[in-house]
Amino acid sequence: MKTSSMGQSKKIVTIITYLALGLGAIIMVFPFLWMILTSSKTVTESMRIPPSIFPAQIMLDNFKDAIASLPFVNMYLNTALMIVFRVIFAVAFSSMAGYAFAKLHFRGKNILFGIVLMQMMLPSQIFIIPQYQMVAKLGMANTIFALVFPGLVSAFGTFFLRQAYMGIPNEIGEAAYLDGCNQWQSFYKVMFPLTSSSVAALTVFTAVFAYGDLMWPLVVNSDLKMMTLSSGLATLRGQFSTNFPVLMAGSLLAMLPMVILYLFFQRQFIEGVAMTGGK
Amino acid sequence: MKGKMKLSVAARREENWGWIMVAPTIIGLVILNIWPFLQTLYASFCEHLGFGFYKFVGFQNYINMFQDPEFWKATWNTIYFCILTVPVGIFLSLLVAILLNAKVKGKGFFRSVFFLPMVCAPAAITMVWRWIFNSEYGILNQMFGAHINWITDSKVVMVTCAVVAIWSAIGYDAVLLLAGLQNISKSYYEAAEIDGAGKITQFFHITLPMVSPTLFVVLIMRLMSSMKVYDLIYMMVEDTNPALSSVQSLMYLFYRESFVAGSRGYGSAIVIWTVLLIGIVTVIQFVGQKKWVNYEV
Repeated sequence: MKTSSMGQSKKIVTIITYLALGLGAIIMVFPFLWMILTSSKTVTESMRIPPSIFPAQIMLDNFKDAIASLPFVNMYLNTALMIVFRVIFAVAFSSMAGYAFAKLHFRGKNILFGIVLMQMMLPSQIFIIPQYQMVAKLGMANTIFALVFPGLVSAFGTFFLRQAYMGIPNEIGEAAYLDGCNQWQSFYKVMFPLTSSSVAALTVFTAVFAYGDLMWPLVVNSDLKMMTLSSGLATLRGQFSTNFPVLMAGSLLAMLPMVILYLFFQRQFIEGVAMTGGK
Repeated sequence: MKGKMKLSVAARREENWGWIMVAPTIIGLVILNIWPFLQTLYASFCEHLGFGFYKFVGFQNYINMFQDPEFWKATWNTIYFCILTVPVGIFLSLLVAILLNAKVKGKGFFRSVFFLPMVCAPAAITMVWRWIFNSEYGILNQMFGAHINWITDSKVVMVTCAVVAIWSAIGYDAVLLLAGLQNISKSYYEAAEIDGAGKITQFFHITLPMVSPTLFVVLIMRLMSSMKVYDLIYMMVEDTNPALSSVQSLMYLFYRESFVAGSRGYGSAIVIWTVLLIGIVTVIQFVGQKKWVNYEV
């Protein structure tokens, strides 16, 4: 008797678990679904009372309108270049520094690492005005360089990759050294490849952060042709404040590349975040 | 006589490599962060004359700031935003993490779904929420036959923003907490099972203490980022919205003062204040953690 009632309560728990997860999943997906459905409606259709759930037809007019009022090709390109350069710089410089902080002995190491920690503690907004003034003084506003600028080095990346190098036994580096590698070779040929999962995590972290960032691109690139997807959307909001189908189409266009990447590399995305977050 | 031992050739070579390899990062940090930090600190005591020229005015910005009701309102809004989002958000994230940690089919699918908002720019996400919350034609009001001005009513708008914030962050926090839950050894539960402890007892005596270090990390991170909230509120509530003052966070005010009004001295004072506030909250958290975070096993 007892076992059957326990089996039953177990079943109930399982059902509740699925119900809760299912409800949660619906709440998570609904805004995206609603975005897709609305993007194919006419304005009058979108304002119908009671609302029509499905669009009468599948149409691309709203996408055309969004593309006509925003230079999406430029925005994709700017965003992609910003992300690529930020990732390259963050990975290259942070790997070098992370390795040196983890494995090499040199004077001033602790003070220099203190600088890294200090930057991590401070919110990025505290640097924004002077960074903007530097970019403006260099005459580099409205360029790709301006978008990349604050991400040229990464204190977080340095900290994170230092952890990765600390997890590699010293013997591996020493073996490479005895085989005639100098410090650079043992770093580049032996140690760096061993941190690939951390490098992947840092790549995801850097890309997602740069992609979502709004204040910096808004401040530094005011020229529509030099905007990122995020800052461009903010502009679109002003132009079509009541035309929601066009706004939905524009948002979908902005989201699409990252969502597609996510669908292909789900595991890397989620594990990357779990790794970088668990610092 | 110097107390130092002379470095061997190998050690000196290692030292040189060390310096060379940290150089790009350190030089970058000094130019991009340390120097700007000092400049912001200095600018907070200056009036911006335009074109990057500043005049020293002592504590004037801070005096103006502390006498400005809009500033205090923004400070309160920031704290209120944290109160609304952090506890509920973390509770729901823990719930999702626990559900995902159970033996369910399609775990990977659910995890991916909850995580989805993370890979979407906040600028794009908020756009659809504005539409859902639209007072006249929004699906939410229509579904419940309500007429709530979700985005323009000064009493409601913060709750609306909080809902979007929680929705956006749940998956991220849940993934971190799930990693913490998966680190708990099964043997604890097996032992508790033998002792006849129920699921609820197990949760409070095993799960919660064991996951508390992760919970603490998530809490600190979530609090820090909530205190810096800007993009979500900026996209939800444009600066012509009559309800702006009820939802404007410190970083939103900072953006408007520094880059719309051009008062970069005053803006710098706001950002310094925000950093101090974050510092205070973080210190309180670190002191408070001794009461509930379990680092023992």
